[in-house]
Amino acid sequence: MFKFLYNANFDFMGKRKVAYTLSLIMLFLGLLGITLRLTPLGSLVNLKQTWSIDFTGGSLVQVFVEAPIDKVRSAVLSAGIRAEIQNIGERNEYLIKYAEGVEADSLVKILEGKLGKKVRLDRAEKVGPRIGTELRNRAIILSLVGLLVILIYVWFRFDLVFGVASVLALFHDVIISWGIHSLLGFETDMTVIAAVLTLMGYSINDSIVIADRVREYLGRFRLMEISPRELMKIFNDAINSTLPRTVITSLTVFIVVFSILILGGPVLFNFAFVMTIGTIVGTYSSIFIVAALVLDWRLRKKGS
Amino acid sequence: MSNKNLIRLIVIILTFVVPLWLLQPTYKVLTMSESEKEKLNPLEFQKLMRNSLNLGLDIQGGMYVVLSVDKDKVKGEHIKDAADRVVEVIRNRVDQLGVFEPVIQKVGEDRVVVQLPGVISKERARMILGKTALLEFKLLADENLFADFIRGVDRILRGGKMLSADTLRGPFSSLLVALEGDVAVAEENWAKVDSILKLPEVQNLIPVGYEILWGATQEVQGKKFRKLYMVKAETPLTGAYLMDANATIGQQQAAGQPIVQIRFDRTGAAIFARITGENVGKRLAIVLDGVVQSAPRIQERIPTGNAQITGIRSLREAQDLAAILRAGALPVPVKIEEERVIGPSLGKDSIQKGMIALAVAFLLVIAFMIFYYRIGGIIANIALFANLILILAIMAMINATLTMPGMAGLILTVGMAVDSNVLIFERIREELRKGNPFRTALESGYSNARRTILDANITTLLTALVLMFLGTGPIRGFAVVLSIGILVNFFTSIVMTRWIFNILLEELKWKEVAI
Repeated sequence: MFKFLYNANFDFMGKRKVAYTLSLIMLFLGLLGITLRLTPLGSLVNLKQTWSIDFTGGSLVQVFVEAPIDKVRSAVLSAGIRAEIQNIGERNEYLIKYAEGVEADSLVKILEGKLGKKVRLDRAEKVGPRIGTELRNRAIILSLVGLLVILIYVWFRFDLVFGVASVLALFHDVIISWGIHSLLGFETDMTVIAAVLTLMGYSINDSIVIADRVREYLGRFRLMEISPRELMKIFNDAINSTLPRTVITSLTVFIVVFSILILGGPVLFNFAFVMTIGTIVGTYSSIFIVAALVLDWRLRKKGS
Repeated sequence: MSNKNLIRLIVIILTFVVPLWLLQPTYKVLTMSESEKEKLNPLEFQKLMRNSLNLGLDIQGGMYVVLSVDKDKVKGEHIKDAADRVVEVIRNRVDQLGVFEPVIQKVGEDRVVVQLPGVISKERARMILGKTALLEFKLLADENLFADFIRGVDRILRGGKMLSADTLRGPFSSLLVALEGDVAVAEENWAKVDSILKLPEVQNLIPVGYEILWGATQEVQGKKFRKLYMVKAETPLTGAYLMDANATIGQQQAAGQPIVQIRFDRTGAAIFARITGENVGKRLAIVLDGVVQSAPRIQERIPTGNAQITGIRSLREAQDLAAILRAGALPVPVKIEEERVIGPSLGKDSIQKGMIALAVAFLLVIAFMIFYYRIGGIIANIALFANLILILAIMAMINATLTMPGMAGLILTVGMAVDSNVLIFERIREELRKGNPFRTALESGYSNARRTILDANITTLLTALVLMFLGTGPIRGFAVVLSIGILVNFFTSIVMTRWIFNILLEELKWKEVAI
């Protein structure tokens, strides 16, 4: 299996212009998804924001009803209300948290209708977000600091161009996977944030492996002595010789996220979805974004 | 077997035995039935819980606490703001305690709902959530002033009549006893003394600029006492200048007792140096939430900005106190309005589905590695398994909380950890294709891949560290697990697999290993 990987001699770099176009289209879709679904701008075209209750807050209702929790849960969910339901204290008391839109009284009516039991409403209140604006902003700032740290480390270990290219690829991966997830109308909950953070680590790993090989092959030459053709060949060789590793690793990670996507149920769906796109895009970008951008920069430097 | 390889083999075996041993409490807790848990004495159970992995609110539920902002202490329009700040401080506190994965939300205008996973004693919850953690330093009043006050109270209680003889004790002073040179009250008289102190005419008797404070509860020969102090009302130094707080066991005067060592920032240290310098020989009360913890005599000027809080019952309490002091005081006092046990937020079927998905994912990775790399794959899988249990064991040691998404992240980390071995094996294959003998291919495969692996992982580790030290809440939890995973991976996939190869080649005299 995968024999073709071992004597691979693909002209990846020759196709980089095609890849740039593809990336720009995907980036556009991703940014579209993020603007329309995660910023208030979406309301201009009548799209609801997809931040989950973790970020927006919602309603908290406490009820007493003589029914087991599984019944209550399925009753609420079958009415199309995305809710978090917990048993609290005594046996038949339940805490229901859900996004706004449904009055507590109508929720009680729905429950009574579905369960055929009397429901006592003990408490109905607005609940603030689990991740408030402050926490959200902090997460964004931290991720940017993280990116800066990556940039500096790669600069220190390789060179600045590789650093910048790796960080650009990171943005590329996150925007595309998060953006498309949003564009399709899936909710951004806490697990999506976890997926984005995981993806950052994965993407940078992949870029470094290829960067490392490029450096190894380049080390044999002096930059000024190589013709543009040879330079391109070095990049292609580096990518081709790491291709088995790239494919195998992506495949194992893909196996994990894809099984979670298919079998994991609704709880892990958002996480797995972002990761599934992210794995594919992350692999693609280390070849076609990181390596290609560095190559173009070098070619240009030679040209001038 | 050569000594070197013997040691290696032992370390490998320990890599499995030690984590499995550390995970034993977790296994016990998870497999124990409810009735068995009830039979266990609470202390033992707590010890078991402390050493085991916590399951998150989504999987096992936990404790539900409603805090309400003390409205009398805040002015109207600030209530909303105060609740927001309470959320922040509580989040910091819980963060200080480790990877707890709590849910902290504002409810309505002036209340905060906190959910903590797992089993936590009510006292501990009260300590972590309910304490304002306002730390103040106040100078003690002159002893004569306090004695005058006590005599004055006696006089008031007896309707202004003077004492006929000094040996006769008054109605107030008869409730007091001497303890370690201070005035103390035995447990049975606490309520009485407190109500006397609250009388308006007694309040009027307190000299202007002074106040009377209770001390922390102390046990002397099986009886409980609380001291009474008269202190200057002005507070020259508070916990706002605190830079760090750590729980330890004290030495010298507080030998063997749990204490919290605190360190002030530069401004705080300067104030502290001035107070201690100007008041050598006087006593300084360390007041926490209005209760005097201790009132040591100032021996000399303290320029370092270090101080210690004593009068704490257990090391656990000291640790919690240090954590809440580091997180800072609540902007307003809160009341615990409701405390309840709360069930998991995920349904049984959701939990089951998630678990099955994760197990399948893990098994598929293992199967793929064996299929693709044969013996090499088996070696990689051994490392993978070691990696997984090591991470879990470290998490259990720091009493971390595992949520469903957290587990998904864990499996993913492990899935990504394969990458290191894939890198190594592919390098070895490359060398083998060049016609190198196995031994040489192995050597250069490892040495070439090592640099790549280090670079790739250090970059991720750096980001994780940024998130860990500056992040909060779920982001921090994520970063902790990620960092542990990477560090463990350095050992299992680079060092441990290499050792296994060495043992196979040198001791079992294999000519080569199928990769």
